[in-house]
Amino acid sequence: MIQSLRALGRALVGSMRDLLPVVVVVVFFQLAVLQQPLPNVVQLLTGLLMVVLGLTFFINGLEIGLFPIGESLAHALARKGSLFWLIAFAFALGFGTTVAEPALIAVADEAAAVAAEAGLIGVSEEEQISYALGLRLTVALSVGCAIVLGVLRILKGWPIHWMIIGGYVLVVIMTSFAPREIIGIAYDSGGVTTSTITVPLVTALGVGLASSIRGRNPLTDGFGLIAFASLTPMIFVMVYGMVAH
Amino acid sequence: MLWNEVWQTLLGTLRDVLPIVAIVGGFQLLVIRRPVANLRRVLVGIVYVVVGLALFLIGLEQALFPLGRLMATQLTDPAFIYAGLEQAAGAFHWSDYYWVYAFAAAMGFSTTIAEPSLLAVALKAQKVSGGAIGMWGLRIAVAIGVAVGVSLGTYRIVTGLPLHYFIIAAYIVVVTQTAFAPRLIIPLAYDSGGVTTSTVTVPLIAALGLGLAETVPGRNVLIDGFGLIAFACLFPIMSVMAYAQISEYRARRQRAGSGE
Repeated sequence: MIQSLRALGRALVGSMRDLLPVVVVVVFFQLAVLQQPLPNVVQLLTGLLMVVLGLTFFINGLEIGLFPIGESLAHALARKGSLFWLIAFAFALGFGTTVAEPALIAVADEAAAVAAEAGLIGVSEEEQISYALGLRLTVALSVGCAIVLGVLRILKGWPIHWMIIGGYVLVVIMTSFAPREIIGIAYDSGGVTTSTITVPLVTALGVGLASSIRGRNPLTDGFGLIAFASLTPMIFVMVYGMVAH
Repeated sequence: MLWNEVWQTLLGTLRDVLPIVAIVGGFQLLVIRRPVANLRRVLVGIVYVVVGLALFLIGLEQALFPLGRLMATQLTDPAFIYAGLEQAAGAFHWSDYYWVYAFAAAMGFSTTIAEPSLLAVALKAQKVSGGAIGMWGLRIAVAIGVAVGVSLGTYRIVTGLPLHYFIIAAYIVVVTQTAFAPRLIIPLAYDSGGVTTSTVTVPLIAALGLGLAETVPGRNVLIDGFGLIAFACLFPIMSVMAYAQISEYRARRQRAGSGE
């Protein structure tokens, strides 16, 4: 009992330390640069308390919940030896977690507004909605393909840097062909696809796979799935821009 | 009012988790067809993750986001930037925005340290590498990358230079570094680009970018407002590889020194 309380205390202190830089920056800019008083100090403090508690819970939950289930699934699928189910799982995980991602929905709606304003699609609401939906499906499809590609890489042991560099080359080539309005959105869409719950699970999947296949190193082969998930959306969104406009 | 928000955030987090639980549960039941080891513990862990993330987001929305967004608009406000200057508001110099660059760097750094998904990857990396890749080393390296990236991104918005020049130049640096960096770090470095930008960093950085594009004369919100996130994704790749290169270099020097 005392031991677990002590562990909780340590975790809380750790979360506070994680949060300290943000607090220092905000207070410094507010007081020293903008020279204004801090509004609602009580609300600020209760909010910070919630953030610290939340971070502690989250990390604890990762260690006992998300990491173990991700890894045990990866082990079980690897042991089953069925390539089909492994690929199906990888695709479902990438597609399923991305298509409902709130950040992506926000970006897609914004992109539809941009496209309508630029005259690339009609200004009517239906056209904007279908454009935004198409964009969301495109990004989700691209993340699904990315996880599949990453899993195949772990299985075959392909070197990651050639694939990433190849992806970069594709992005650069596509940039010169894609309509100008879509470029900023395409570049940003790479960053919004990986949510806080997807990242630990995908990481656990990669590391679990790499450690259950002989000849693979969890460090050099297990990581890299997220890198694919943030690269392919750029390419797919630019393709979408070229096709839809 | 507050309860409403708590409820909404909890629902939102649940909606985030639902597809994952459905997919994992579906595969476990239909394909693996074996019970999960420590099922209760895993379920408790998932509840912790949902509750923790919801608390985290509500707390941010209560404490830091309103203030951060307000500061972003105040710092980009021409009244603040031209307060001490006597020139006409049409002819500005990019260096007039020095507080914006400083704020972008400081915010980029500090929010990255508090980013939960980076924490998750750093935890895993430390465990997998047997402690060779320290949690703090990795997180500070990523945070420096985000700080530089976001700061440079605000500079780009102020000057209006085209986004893709920067991105392509950054790609060239990343590719060159890949050739020289220790092989162990490369997948992790590529990954750290994607994990930096989720719950904490994006809302504040997006507010800063849109605020800038709105107030800087001659900028278009739609064309210039985007792109900060792309910067925040690319620069950590470089800084993490640089971190590995520096520690390798120091280890080699130490070895050479002790060999004499």
